[in-house]
Amino acid sequence: MGKIIRMGEYFRRGFLEPSGDQPSLFDWIFSTDHKRIGLLYLYSISTFFAVGVTLGLLIRLELIAPGSTIVGPDTYNALFTLHGVVMIFLFIIPGIPAAFGNILLPLQIGARDVAFPRLNLFSWWLYIIGASMALSSLLGGGGPPDTGWTFYLPFAGETATNVSLAVFAVFILGFSSILTGLNFITTIHRMRAPGMTWTRLPLFIWSLYATAWVQVLATPILGITLLLILAERILGLGLFDAARGGDPLMYQHLFWIYSHPAVYIMVLPAMGVVSEIIPVFARRPIFGYKAIVASSIGIAAAGSLVWGHHMFVSGMSDTAILVFSLLTFIVAIPSAVKVFNWVATLYGGSIRLDAPMLFALSFVLLFSIGGLSGLVLGAAATDVHVHDTHFVVAHFHYVMFGGTGFAFFGALHYWFPKIFGCMYNNRRATWGWGIMIIGFNLLYFSMMLAGLRGMPRRYYDYLLQFSQLNRLATYGSWILAVGLMLMAANLLIALRRGQCVGANPWEAATLEWTVASPPPTENFAQLPQVSHGPYDFKKAGKP
Amino acid sequence: MNTSAQHHDAEGARLGMWLFLLSELLLFGGLFVLFAVYLQRYPDQFIAGGKQLSLAFGAGNTALLLTSSLTVALALEALRRNRYRLCQWLLGSTIGAALWFLVNKGLEWHAKFEHDLYPGSVTLRQAPPGHDTFFGLYYLTTGLHGLHVIIGGVILAWVLCLVRQGRITGTSPTILENSALYWHLVDVIWIFIFPLYYLLL
Ligand code: HEM
Ligand SMILES: [Cu+2]
Repeated sequence: MGKIIRMGEYFRRGFLEPSGDQPSLFDWIFSTDHKRIGLLYLYSISTFFAVGVTLGLLIRLELIAPGSTIVGPDTYNALFTLHGVVMIFLFIIPGIPAAFGNILLPLQIGARDVAFPRLNLFSWWLYIIGASMALSSLLGGGGPPDTGWTFYLPFAGETATNVSLAVFAVFILGFSSILTGLNFITTIHRMRAPGMTWTRLPLFIWSLYATAWVQVLATPILGITLLLILAERILGLGLFDAARGGDPLMYQHLFWIYSHPAVYIMVLPAMGVVSEIIPVFARRPIFGYKAIVASSIGIAAAGSLVWGHHMFVSGMSDTAILVFSLLTFIVAIPSAVKVFNWVATLYGGSIRLDAPMLFALSFVLLFSIGGLSGLVLGAAATDVHVHDTHFVVAHFHYVMFGGTGFAFFGALHYWFPKIFGCMYNNRRATWGWGIMIIGFNLLYFSMMLAGLRGMPRRYYDYLLQFSQLNRLATYGSWILAVGLMLMAANLLIALRRGQCVGANPWEAATLEWTVASPPPTENFAQLPQVSHGPYDFKKAGKP
Repeated sequence: MNTSAQHHDAEGARLGMWLFLLSELLLFGGLFVLFAVYLQRYPDQFIAGGKQLSLAFGAGNTALLLTSSLTVALALEALRRNRYRLCQWLLGSTIGAALWFLVNKGLEWHAKFEHDLYPGSVTLRQAPPGHDTFFGLYYLTTGLHGLHVIIGGVILAWVLCLVRQGRITGTSPTILENSALYWHLVDVIWIFIFPLYYLLL
């Protein structure tokens, strides 16, 4: 935090300025200012991302050659479990909504704060408590959890490792997510500036809105599922124990009723970010605003009905398999609508390839690869072939990392000058981006091919015939890591030495660009009167 | 503190509360789904299990919760009419009902334990599959509900203090309104639990 305060030499510090009546750390961790809370999230989420990446690199290092390389099988189980838990619950689910949503939601709708500022701070505290518990499950007790992030019963009910602590941690994280969701819904309903009609909402806000509903409606199911695991471990109820009349498949249903919609908690905000960036850098209003809004809601709704595609090979009835397979294909429609709208917006635009745009465009590409490989998994016949292979692992990394992860970086580069008031070096950002793209595809495309050839997932050893692809994937992970470090270094340097760039460096038309950078504590001296849409660039500059 | 944002929006507070209640309902929804699935699979064991529960305790607790829902609604009405003493009495009786409910629940569980009906007990382990499942769900659902009764009671006690200190008044009733909503939720969930577990034929 020290750095941020020092960079004030270059510009007015806005909300970053210490208020002076208490130690500056307290100024932050007890602040109810949505921008500060958003930044707290951003810092903590980025830290956990670095932890997750390190674990991922270790997994990859183990897989560089057949046989035991750096760790034994038990440690390997712990590594991929923690990697999954950290990436899913600490990075990708809260990532865009909690960090960028918090910072930008009030700014984009012309409000002074969210509806429940103190609840917002409470959510962050819950997040930190949950995260610390999840990470401390690594130490002491029965050793790090080894169940995979899905905590499948009956194994999770029996293993002696610290599963209870990790499960309780995720319960708390879920609670935090619900509170953020209900805060956002209320804010969007109640606090829009005069003239900010529903059809003038920036698409990022629409995506946060759809996400918030999924958060509120799906997360409680995760909550009860986690409580059931705890009950199983502590009281030994046997509700999912086939020997005692329970049904393990019921566990999987409950788990995926949350965890598939959670995929939309992860990806919808990312789509919102991309829908903000593309029009600004193509200098054209977004094509098909209403279609994008409708498809966000369509994805959230249809996506809630497809959880069964995770269980095709676990003994569901054939009818259920058929229905879930069909529903899964239906979700592809609204997703494709979005992709077509972005491409149509680009068509005939005068495109500027600054760093945010590069990340947004790579989102479209990588998400499409991820989505198409998802269709392979959504069709029961092909899923039987590639289920639980590295093909699945590659698929979800394309969607989650290539999609949401890259959109997160895009958001970081797009709003960086707004949040901190200074600009990073665009050439270095481009280099970082390029290196990441190469590393990413080498890493995950090799994994996809290995999976197609039968390399199983969550195995720490493999047959000789997979050696070459695994070696390539591990090299890819190193290149990716270099790109990530370059990106991080570039942004950190900018915090200290970045050029001051004024309120609206990208000449965007949404409301956050009408206030100073960084925004003043009060956001708007006077609440704005909105008279035009978010992508009306001719009128940009005027509120 | 961002004071400018601390303006008061009762409508917004109510919307937030309703969303929260929705998520609470869905939390229990998971347990009801499990109940439905296992009931369909083991109808006989579930009916047998239901017969072993004490109808008297169940019905008594239902009556208690319904009454307490009424008293909390009356408390809100009293507050709106600025009759603070009455409001405090009504809140006090709601909290009393909550305590009584918990005592009943404790006695009921205790009786079950005496009959060797608890998770992992010998009787349940030897019973045919499904019987075990019924009691597992029974303890989980009523336990989780009991936890909500405790939380609701604590919230109402806090509200009572605020009314006493004059920090909740007839013109600023939002906190009492939302707490009453929460208490109604606790009541409504029980209204589902009671017939499902106690009145199965
Ligand atoms: C440098 C970055 C990363 C590397 C090298 C990496 C590598 C891996 C590898 C090799 C696995 C396979 C474990 C196995 O099935 O045997 C894996 C699993 C996984 N990764 Fe990553 N990953 C990275 C980033 C991410 C990100 C950004 C996310 C989330 C958005 C993520 C989410 C997951 C999840 C959920 C699993 C499944 C864990 C499990 O099977 O329980 N990873 N990762
Ligand atoms: Cu899914």
